[in-house]
Amino acid sequence: MNTQNRKDLLKQGAIWGFIVLELAFFSIAGSFLSVTETAFLSLDNMLLLLQQSAPIGIIALGMTIVMINGNIDLSVGATFALAAIVMLDSLTWPFMQALGDWAIPLSWFFALMTGVVLGAVNGLIVWKTGVDAFIVTLGSMLGFRGLVFMYNGEQPTSHLNWTLVDFAEAQFLGLSTASWFLLGVALILWLLMTRTVHGRNAYAIGNNRDAAVNAGIRVGPHFLLNFILIGFLAALSGVVFSAGTGSVNPNDGMLYELWAITAVVLGGTKLAGGYGSIVSTLGGVIAIQLLRKGLGHIGAGTEVVNLVIGLILIVVLFLDRQLNRKGKEELKI
Amino acid sequence: MAELTKKGIGGFLARQGILVAFVVFMVGFALANQRFLAIDNVFGVIRSSAILGVMALGVTFVVIGGNLDLSVGSMMSFSTIVVLDLHDKLGPTLAIPAMFGLTLLLGAFIGFLVGYLKLNSLIVTLGMLSAIHGLTLTWSGGKNMDIADKEGTWFSVFGQGDIVGIPMPIIIFALLAVLLSLMLSKTPFGRKVYAVGGNGQAATFSGIPRARVVFLTYLISAFCVATAGLLQASRSLGSQNTVGQGMELEVLAAVILGGASLLGGSGTVFKTVIGVLILGFIQNGLLLIGLEFYVQYVVTWVIIILAVWLDIAAKRGRLWSPIA
Repeated sequence: MNTQNRKDLLKQGAIWGFIVLELAFFSIAGSFLSVTETAFLSLDNMLLLLQQSAPIGIIALGMTIVMINGNIDLSVGATFALAAIVMLDSLTWPFMQALGDWAIPLSWFFALMTGVVLGAVNGLIVWKTGVDAFIVTLGSMLGFRGLVFMYNGEQPTSHLNWTLVDFAEAQFLGLSTASWFLLGVALILWLLMTRTVHGRNAYAIGNNRDAAVNAGIRVGPHFLLNFILIGFLAALSGVVFSAGTGSVNPNDGMLYELWAITAVVLGGTKLAGGYGSIVSTLGGVIAIQLLRKGLGHIGAGTEVVNLVIGLILIVVLFLDRQLNRKGKEELKI
Repeated sequence: MAELTKKGIGGFLARQGILVAFVVFMVGFALANQRFLAIDNVFGVIRSSAILGVMALGVTFVVIGGNLDLSVGSMMSFSTIVVLDLHDKLGPTLAIPAMFGLTLLLGAFIGFLVGYLKLNSLIVTLGMLSAIHGLTLTWSGGKNMDIADKEGTWFSVFGQGDIVGIPMPIIIFALLAVLLSLMLSKTPFGRKVYAVGGNGQAATFSGIPRARVVFLTYLISAFCVATAGLLQASRSLGSQNTVGQGMELEVLAAVILGGASLLGGSGTVFKTVIGVLILGFIQNGLLLIGLEFYVQYVVTWVIIILAVWLDIAAKRGRLWSPIA
């Protein structure tokens, strides 16, 4: 038990160790190679980094709880876009405009409910039909994107509301609105997964579904709840992101699912389920954003960023496998 | 219909459901619009499905072997860009084998990671999706790639030519489908792919070199991707860096629609071709009856889930899942 704890600590610490390594590397390399005069490790830069990682980050946190359950959600990018469109479009409805600034919370409510409904659709299909979540959400990735296009054709949806823009660009205690949302979601999900029955059962189901069923855990409702949560969070991400820009393209959010999964896997969550943590995913999200910004800082382009992120993902997988196998071999002796 | 008691009809529908659905769709669209079954329309649909179809053939091998390949879209962009770039530098005769060589190298790398190192294929190919996109951008410098002399090259024959009135992409797609179908159903290697995907451990115990078989499925996939890249490049003679972006999931949808299980061990090349054609004809049929292109996304969603649901419902003998 003790060695197990130590191993867990080592694993969860790995991503933060990686982040420290990145910080050190980019600070030192930056002082030689940087294209700008500003230091990489400045507070402003780090705060900006947190803000920029929020859209993918909020989705990745939701993806973590779905993956702990042993499922996956590929439809988040489309949910992101649809929620953003619903929010911007609902602000232009006649009765909403009569409400003045009170229309904003209502538009958020509509958008978030869209996410909840889409998540519930995924969850119910996975629960009731028993089709693998990968296939269900692969289908709904296409289907939800179709809904996005049906809503407003191929035109971008735009509506600039200055109160909304002010809110998106507001700062509180030095952190921007998006950062607060990211940290808030992380805190709530962390509490949910570590302090509640739902969290404990979600781990149990992902770890060994048959054993969980035998222990009297109802699998379906937990699936459903987690899909509703990720739908809600994908919508929240869309809302937070589009509040600042005031415009959404029907193609927005494409490939977000793959970025989110990359961050989650980098954080050490197992695809097979039963293992993973919210805090490590937050680490994974920050590590990826750090890599993007850092490589940009030393003058590398997107091509290098893509290459490096892809290879790091594979190396992490390889190292993880090697470490785990060693542990098992030691157990045998 | 809580239980599929009628084994006769139910069993047939479960086994050949995708074919039945295909026929129903074709008849429905044909009744709704006269032009649907006109020969030029049919050729047009198959021709525009050919690139997706060729990629789906390769992914069928990977999926039957029990793995996934999310890197095919990004790899197709790579092949397209590389062959277009080399066309002007080496000439088409050398550019094509060089591009095939490089794409196969990428496939071999993935096959090595998944087959010999036994890493999770979903994450490896997810990583490669990003890494290969990086390679493509490095190769092209982020710019669109165009052939300088678009009129004077014979390179366009693969995408735009035809033999006795049948467009080249259809011929290449059909030839490759027949070849790979024979490989999968008539050769020892084909049997081994099913064995490895069906039960990897049992396959290993019965002396099948599991790692090598998985490795080869990725090589086949890369070969198909290279062919798709050739078709794409030859058709348009110019390309963006992101030409194949997002195709990996569409390809997977076609393969799943054809009835291949993501767990491996089941599926055929023929059914994948049907899956590809269903997607193509639905898109075309919906356009012909006057609906926007994006309606097909929603229809595809419903069809994929119904197809897989009915398939597993027939296997377990009840419609609703046993999940409590």
